[in-house]
Amino acid sequence: MQFGVFSVGDVTMDPTTGRTPTEHERIKAMVTIAQKAEEVGLDVFATGEHHNPPFVPSSPTTMLGYIAARTERLVLSTATTLITTNDPVKIAEDFAMLQHLADGRVDLMLGRGNTGPVYPWFGQDIRQGIPLAIENYALLHKLWREDVVDWEGRFRTPLQGFTSTPRPLDGVPPFVWHGSIRSPEIAEQAAYYGDGFFANNIFWPKEHFIRLITLYRQRYAHYGHGTPEQAIVGLGGQVFMRKNSQDAVREFRPYFDNAPVYGHGPSLEDFMDETPLTVGSPQQVIDRTLTFREHFGDYQRQLFLMDHAGLPLKTVLEQLDILGEEVVPVLRREFAKDRPAQVPDAPTHASLTAAAQTSATV
Amino acid sequence: MKLVAVSAGLSEPSSTRLLADRLLEAARRHLEADGDRHPVEVRVVELRDLAVDIANAFVTGFPGARLRAAIEAVTEADGLIAVTPVFTASYSGLFKSFFDVVEPDALAGKPVLIAATGGTARHSLALEHAMRPLFAYLRAVVVPTAVYAASEDWGGGGDAFTDGLGERIGRAAGELAALVSGRPRQAAEKDAEKDVVKAVEKAAGQVEEVVPFEQQLAALRP
Repeated sequence: MQFGVFSVGDVTMDPTTGRTPTEHERIKAMVTIAQKAEEVGLDVFATGEHHNPPFVPSSPTTMLGYIAARTERLVLSTATTLITTNDPVKIAEDFAMLQHLADGRVDLMLGRGNTGPVYPWFGQDIRQGIPLAIENYALLHKLWREDVVDWEGRFRTPLQGFTSTPRPLDGVPPFVWHGSIRSPEIAEQAAYYGDGFFANNIFWPKEHFIRLITLYRQRYAHYGHGTPEQAIVGLGGQVFMRKNSQDAVREFRPYFDNAPVYGHGPSLEDFMDETPLTVGSPQQVIDRTLTFREHFGDYQRQLFLMDHAGLPLKTVLEQLDILGEEVVPVLRREFAKDRPAQVPDAPTHASLTAAAQTSATV
Repeated sequence: MKLVAVSAGLSEPSSTRLLADRLLEAARRHLEADGDRHPVEVRVVELRDLAVDIANAFVTGFPGARLRAAIEAVTEADGLIAVTPVFTASYSGLFKSFFDVVEPDALAGKPVLIAATGGTARHSLALEHAMRPLFAYLRAVVVPTAVYAASEDWGGGGDAFTDGLGERIGRAAGELAALVSGRPRQAAEKDAEKDVVKAVEKAAGQVEEVVPFEQQLAALRP
């Protein structure tokens, strides 16, 4: 099982000091957070993609390439890469390049994006969100698997005799997760290709995501990729910890109350009841995270959101220390218990390369 | 058979709630007088009690448990009675906000009776200029008679030109009952309409439906 962090990359004022970091500080903070994730023994760092203030990560592969050069082990990913408004040809090229530079420590999560104006800014129509996701991914999938591509679709210039370079490392494309908050069509798409499905699991009640993941697992089996239990599931989570839970609540409350996504709405306590947000002791975080397996089945990847809402870098790094030292080692042990042998780990470049060689020799 | 009234009245007691109750009771009597019908369950959703939950749903993007239950009651009803006070020439903001957090297609085809209260009869056309277009957008089927109760209606009868409040309530409720009893069961209708596969989560009884991927892909071929 993989554990990691994912970042939205928001530039937000710290409500306790009134200070807003510069874009430069925030970008460098994200890099520091990624390096820290590796240092404390986490497996994955994933960055969001945005094309409007107050967010900085408009160019994920640039950032991940830089992080790749400063880490050894960490898997670099996205949360999410916009499959609707990016040219699938450029995604194919950028991530193949990143894969070579990072020696295969790369996967990506595709999402549609929910910021209305981004679609027209990139020449698209938000009402075509699902068709764009379906067609663009069909092309991306082909570009990574066929050396010479002839292609014609509805949304992009046709291609005749096109080769996307560099070719994927060892001929094995990066593993793809499909992220969705609302759409069963995306769970169905992930199942069809045998790709992973990631449920953000942060802002909505779990019942909603149980429905999507159940659909994904059943359809994954329907398309012959394995049993429903073998489908590749990733989940988000959001935590803030201190030794004493009262201290965690006291320190996090001003950040919660002013947070860009849900601030000025329900109380921290109500939001913790309704969503997987956990603010408390490391043991409370462990207990809550372990319930995810009961709700969603054995899964492959757990990403935590740790660095948003204006939390200062120093605090985030302290949080990562607690996560790496006190929480994740226990979660690894507990999630390994009673995990059926046929439930696979999250695919990596090594496992995908080995699988490709096996099927080639057969 | 389920009838649900949504009342956006704010005071307690509220004339909006009073009108909702009278419409609900009249519609229930019409349906039960129809003979061999199933018993009619009635329920009133008071938006005042959900005001903070509705505001929170705007902020968080999802309805909390109490609001979810109210939305389910409304979307699963066989007939809906929607009653608002007239504020600033239209339905109240709270009334609109509730229908803003209901999924846009969740009321498609649902029989709806619209009604409103106000201090003066001069606002009665708010029903026709504001309420009816709102439910037309949601593709609900709104009965022809909309019921407006001004303060004086609670103490007066009809005249040579207009029916009194009691008669209008009876007429509107009858129209709603006729529409509700003449309507095929909702679930069967929905299933037949779409070529979908379903995934059922057994423990929670949750269902998610989707169009098979080959069909989604085929629809995009140039």
